[in-house]
Amino acid sequence: MKASLNRLTERASAEGLLDVAYTTADSPFGTLLLATTPKGLVRVGLPNQDADELLVDLATRVSPRVLEAPAPLDEARRELDLYFDGKLTEFELPLDWQLSRDFRRRVLRAIARIPYGQTRSYTQMATSAGNERAVRAAGTACGANPLPLVVPCHRVLRSGGALGGYGGGLPMKEGLLRLEGVLHD
Amino acid sequence: MHRSWPISRPTRPQRLIHEVTELPPFQTLIDEHAGDVMAVCRGAVGRTDADDCFQETFISALRAYPKLTDGGNLRGWLITIAHRKAIDHHRARGRRAVPVAEVREIAAEDPPPEDGIWELVGALPPKQRAAVTLRYASDLPHAEIAAALGCSPEAARRSLHEGLKRLRKELA
Repeated sequence: MKASLNRLTERASAEGLLDVAYTTADSPFGTLLLATTPKGLVRVGLPNQDADELLVDLATRVSPRVLEAPAPLDEARRELDLYFDGKLTEFELPLDWQLSRDFRRRVLRAIARIPYGQTRSYTQMATSAGNERAVRAAGTACGANPLPLVVPCHRVLRSGGALGGYGGGLPMKEGLLRLEGVLHD
Repeated sequence: MHRSWPISRPTRPQRLIHEVTELPPFQTLIDEHAGDVMAVCRGAVGRTDADDCFQETFISALRAYPKLTDGGNLRGWLITIAHRKAIDHHRARGRRAVPVAEVREIAAEDPPPEDGIWELVGALPPKQRAAVTLRYASDLPHAEIAAALGCSPEAARRSLHEGLKRLRKELA
């Protein structure tokens, strides 16, 4: 049966019927869910997020042709592994931004430009996205980031330097900032 | 004199939102029904060609899936497709004139003993074959068999009955 299923996903991919491929990946913080469209990585699910819910959400918002297929995510897994090992400071994966729109997408694109090991404030992100007064909306955009880690919303802190929130939980945000040398033990 | 009433609006309840059928991720269909689809394929075309039937079924399903309007009985939907694929397979095979000398190529290894019965099933007329396979390989109730075959439950029951009668005779 396994061989039949592998053949099926290969054929689906070859015939352009694999709209969303997903797989899981290990990380020091727990299991991640990775999903890609033919355009690029579309969703990263953090360990504390419900994988089934994420897949249903992808089926509704992107396409119901969602299949488990590790091969299209090999490169994403490789880059994330290197990142967690401290050997990669900039992701080069193609990204599919379709799950965020307008102001939120502008905020996320601004976040994607924050260099490794540096932090910015929510206010700075709101300004970069073109509306300095929309600080709260910038915070919401971070919270709704469909591509955490790769779009490093963990590098966005409160203006006073307080951590703020994180979709994967504050210990993970702290862990990532420690990994990048922003926080020290 | 009759009083004229203002033209009333239709009294049918207004549909506020479009009825959106939310289809589950296709992987769910594979996880839950791949075993049944494979059983139907094995029953209908035999072990050797079952995988082709299985692939054709799921590729067709995947192609049609986003436009499916009723996600109520996904299992029945898949089984129906599997049956169409099995029928296509038999038709294509019927058209192919297989020279006797090449018959040997069909099965390289000895099929497991339980395949014997399915070979007899495979030799039944299409409706009977479908009814027997759906009943025993997929464990479908009569109503669902009827839905899958596009006939009445009585007709489905009759096909099943005829098919079983014939099998009993062959096995006797």
